Amino acid sequence: MKNLIQKLVETISPSGYEGTVRDLIRAEVEPLADEVRVDALGNLIVRKGKKGPNGVRVMFSAHMDEIGVMATHIDEKGFVRFTTIGGVRPHTCVGGRVHFITGVQGVIGMERPESPDRQPTFDQLFIDVGATSRADCPVKVGDIAGFTRPFLDLGDKIVAKSMDDRIACAVQIEALRALKKTDHEVYFVFSVQEEVGLRGATTAAYGVDPEIGISVDVTGTGDTPKSGFMEVALGNGPAIKVRDGRMLSDPRLVDLMVKTAEKAKLPYQLEILEGGTTDATAIQMARAGVPASCVSIPCRYIHSPSEMVDYRDVQNAVRLIVELLAHPIVLK
Amino acid sequence: MASNDEIRAQIPQIGPDQIALLERLSNAVGVSGEENEVRAIVLEAVKPFADEVKVDALGNVLVTRKAKTANPVRVMIAAHMDEIGFMLINKDEGGLFSFEKIGGIDVRQLVGKTVLVGKKRVPGVIGARPIHFTTPEERRNLIPMDQLRIDLGPGGADLARVGDRATFATRFKQAGPSLMGKALDDRLGVATLIELVKHAPEHVELLAAFTVQEEIGLRGARVAAYAFNPDLAVVIDSTPANDLPVWDGSENARYNTRLDAGPSIYVADGATLSDPRLLRWLFETGDALGIPYQLRQPGGGGTDAGAIHRVRGGVPSVSISVPGRYAHTAIGLARLSDWQNTLALVFAALMRLDDRLLADERR
Repeated sequence: MKNLIQKLVETISPSGYEGTVRDLIRAEVEPLADEVRVDALGNLIVRKGKKGPNGVRVMFSAHMDEIGVMATHIDEKGFVRFTTIGGVRPHTCVGGRVHFITGVQGVIGMERPESPDRQPTFDQLFIDVGATSRADCPVKVGDIAGFTRPFLDLGDKIVAKSMDDRIACAVQIEALRALKKTDHEVYFVFSVQEEVGLRGATTAAYGVDPEIGISVDVTGTGDTPKSGFMEVALGNGPAIKVRDGRMLSDPRLVDLMVKTAEKAKLPYQLEILEGGTTDATAIQMARAGVPASCVSIPCRYIHSPSEMVDYRDVQNAVRLIVELLAHPIVLK
Repeated sequence: MASNDEIRAQIPQIGPDQIALLERLSNAVGVSGEENEVRAIVLEAVKPFADEVKVDALGNVLVTRKAKTANPVRVMIAAHMDEIGFMLINKDEGGLFSFEKIGGIDVRQLVGKTVLVGKKRVPGVIGARPIHFTTPEERRNLIPMDQLRIDLGPGGADLARVGDRATFATRFKQAGPSLMGKALDDRLGVATLIELVKHAPEHVELLAAFTVQEEIGLRGARVAAYAFNPDLAVVIDSTPANDLPVWDGSENARYNTRLDAGPSIYVADGATLSDPRLLRWLFETGDALGIPYQLRQPGGGGTDAGAIHRVRGGVPSVSISVPGRYAHTAIGLARLSDWQNTLALVFAALMRLDDRLLADERR
């Protein structure tokens, strides 16, 4: 599974430009699925099983896209000014490297700050691709890039850019692989444009029209020096979301996932996230409403080029999803 | 598909009639939520050419122009009828009214502007104490919204009531190649879409949405797209040209768009990441026909596409804007050439459209 994760996180596919990672995921899921389709926005929608007499139509969603940058201006000297795609913060940019989907690579530099203890604004940052003039700059306005950073295997802990949310893509692929027989009609959606506002999950949920919706995404932790307070820690198991900034999980679905984990003797933790949200928010509000929750992979340093997760949490998330689908899903 | 020369010969032209219609549209009052006057002009203009015309529950004008061929691509084109403005919120003494903004307006732009209030278009002014009675300290500071009033003059209290809308009183002017008016955002789009309804290519089903309530959150477009359920959508709007020189002489890296550089095509704004297939379609059209175009600098803001592309199972969408200086102030300035080229680019793109455009998945 680590090889799969490495391939996923080393692919550059920012929001709106998910074609490359979609090809990679499709190659993995096609032999395992009963149906694979791509909708108008580019969501990859993968079905396994047909709804049996005791089954429900359940949609999982992990987003394929990642945060990135887009060129807004090439100046006279060939430096590239840029805007952000998704929640990029200036302090994670300086000195970082970006890879345009056209193949061009560059580093992020900054103007001399007015005061050394001030954080730069994006207006003060630029991408240097080694050009010397506008004419010889290989980047055009509108070109999109992702951050690059090699995959790092620390044993139990693994680190990469775009663990958010390729780690959940890996979880869904492995859950699909492990899912031999189910009474449920299971949709694994690999969604687009989550980082810019849950846009892909909105249309995918309309198309799938699920009876249960569960996103699979990363969540923050409270286990690093002077971090904000949060009960979630790396290595304590997948987190079952109770609420986040924009969604209250269906309590019946939370109970069901907790009981499933306890019966299967899987570690788990309960998650209350103050800010941020996931595809489950969009699924919950689709059509006439859908009971929804989220299986979260605890992750340190989210939206930096070095996001860290615990490999055991990842494996246990796969097990939790497979266990959930092995039994009737009855909300009460 | 028609040849490029055939397409070029059929491109609708902006002439005196079109400019006269834009003048009527720009002078009409249509603050978000009360678009009646604009809607009446649109209905009058499109009825002779439409196969179906409907005004929906929110007030959108939904026009269908059917194809003359089988299995056409169903294209939604949207332009918003509403404009920014004001609403009276409290009747104070002596014909003065407290008011709030509808849509995105910079408070610094308001003092000294004339306005038209309510259905009867009562003239008023957003006044301020003259220099004779202000201190240097006061003159350094912004006058906040809660200290501004719309003044209908002594005795004006009976001429308007709380809940009335108001708009800038600016009248449309043409000065050679320049067009100036108060609601060019987005009456330029409305006027363009009217021409497209009149000249719709026969092989596409044109679903024209003249939308309401764009300026306060893309509200009309959402329900319009739900009703039309189109194969793809093009939004025609107006976007700021911030192409003036920078005061310190440095390079202007935040121009957004430039006047006379042609229609501005959106790759990304705050609400939409345009479908790359539709971008290539517009770029290839411009290149093949020799129609100038520019890219709007990616960044914030949004158009009706932000609502349309998320409707139902998703709608491939792109936006294209006529650039204009001084957007969301009392007067905007746009160029005839940019308007003509916007109409030309969208028309030519429709002429070149077939179902191969969306045959491959988005990438």
